[in-house]
Amino acid sequence: MAENKTRLLQGNEAIVEGAIAAGCRFFAGYPITPATEIAEGMSVKLPIVDGTFVQMEDEIGSMGAIIGASLAGVKSMTATSGPGFSLMQENLGFACISEVPCVIANIMRGGPSTGLPTNTAQGDVMQMRWGTHGDHPIIVLCPYSVEECFSVTLKAFNLSERYRVPVIITTDEVVAHMREKITLPPASSLEIIDRVRPNVPPDWFIPFEDNSLGVPPMSVFGDGYRYHVTGLVHDVRGFPTSKPDEVDGLIRRLHRKIDKGQGYIQEGEHFLTDDAEVVILAYGSIGRTAKQAAILARENGQKVGVFRPITLWPFMRKAVVDILKNVRAVIVPEMNMGQYSREVKRVDQGYARIITLNKVNGQVITPEEILKKLKEVY
Amino acid sequence: MRYEVRLSGSGGQGLILIGIILAEAAGIYDGKNVVQTQSYGPEARGGASKSEVIISDGTIYYPKATQLDLLLSMTQKSCDEYYLDLKKDGMLIVDSTLVHQVPTNQAFGIPFTHLAKEELGKPFVANIIAIGAIARISGIVKEASLTEAVLKRVPPWSADLNKKALQIGMAEGKKAAAKISG
Repeated sequence: MAENKTRLLQGNEAIVEGAIAAGCRFFAGYPITPATEIAEGMSVKLPIVDGTFVQMEDEIGSMGAIIGASLAGVKSMTATSGPGFSLMQENLGFACISEVPCVIANIMRGGPSTGLPTNTAQGDVMQMRWGTHGDHPIIVLCPYSVEECFSVTLKAFNLSERYRVPVIITTDEVVAHMREKITLPPASSLEIIDRVRPNVPPDWFIPFEDNSLGVPPMSVFGDGYRYHVTGLVHDVRGFPTSKPDEVDGLIRRLHRKIDKGQGYIQEGEHFLTDDAEVVILAYGSIGRTAKQAAILARENGQKVGVFRPITLWPFMRKAVVDILKNVRAVIVPEMNMGQYSREVKRVDQGYARIITLNKVNGQVITPEEILKKLKEVY
Repeated sequence: MRYEVRLSGSGGQGLILIGIILAEAAGIYDGKNVVQTQSYGPEARGGASKSEVIISDGTIYYPKATQLDLLLSMTQKSCDEYYLDLKKDGMLIVDSTLVHQVPTNQAFGIPFTHLAKEELGKPFVANIIAIGAIARISGIVKEASLTEAVLKRVPPWSADLNKKALQIGMAEGKKAAAKISG
């Protein structure tokens, strides 16, 4: 099989490979730089595996289409960038409350609005957390290499199926368009998770009944299990309710299933942190800059390490606090005005000094820029 | 050893394609570690465009080129803009059809666009001539690997055309190198 050969792939192409390997068989999207290659790749690969590719009229329709396909039992995804991601927010909330598994790739470019189409940025970190309204948990994963684009996409589908939630994969233009060598693992070595389906007789089926995981089994629309899907707050049978106990029960269950799964959902990389006095906390392409900077700093005798959250949301509070307790300072370089450093400061409680490094000119942060910041500590 | 290449010019000259080809030749066929990135404007043609390739025996973290071992400039503007990013002993290769003011007499000037037009009647293979010259001058990639990578990435009908373009590039690269060292 060709899948064992080493190939030169782009981040976006590796996301396509990861999605197909995870069992994604439906893609609806609208082309946008720098995410277009995902749609292109899907339009080629999906028909080969009896999947469906639809180029939609816009991103509102794209999000609606993948929700519909997922309700019909097919693993589904879409891909976009900032302007399209803004349009997806309403239906993203619908997927949250109706607990429809789906995957959205948001490839960040400069914003706001049409912004800087071909340049890189990390300005959507908070939009991915809070872009859709209402109190909702969300899972956002952020790969930093071509290889990780593959594995993180696989994980995104698995988490979305396991917890019945939309999962966002995010990269920036650099990781999306970057080409690296990758050897795709054989399909038999990959763990693939599928949503749990009801095993009771259709008459006994209570579609949103709580259980120990907080994730009710999900039936395939049309296979005999009747249920009602709505964006309104609903009772365990899926019908609208405003009874305080039922409302509270639903909203708390939506949060509980993610809170309980944090150990499973959260993933981060520690690089040279064991003896570190200073840690650079960076994600996406800046994780690469940070590692280079740490290596260069160590050549100067400065004990610097890197912590790189792959799970951006839910925020890796425990891992970050553990680092804060053991270092003098944490540097948070990011290509926005400080969206993630604010979270680090929020959990800091005076343990360590937080130093921000913000770049918003469409260019990636360089190792030299981080080394310059290090002078504030050394 | 980290070797940084920047291929620069304007949109439509095929700089991203030769970046991919160089990365594939060095990475897949020569077995080194490679990272290829690109940067371009919103225009389909025209506007600044560049493609960067990092080649290394070790792990490549930072994916962009900052201290260039080799700079290809296919426009005057890109030559002016990026020349100062070259390392002290870095190599500058320019398309002398389009770059008339060269900042150093140590630059390799080869008329890629002119050769493509006159020798092959197809100006769009100037990029392939350039990557052939780069392989010969720098030795950063095996020429057999480069040929294989080119043939894998171009449409089958153009295989002969591209092979000829590569040969012209390698021959011109050799001449240009002889001129500098002589």
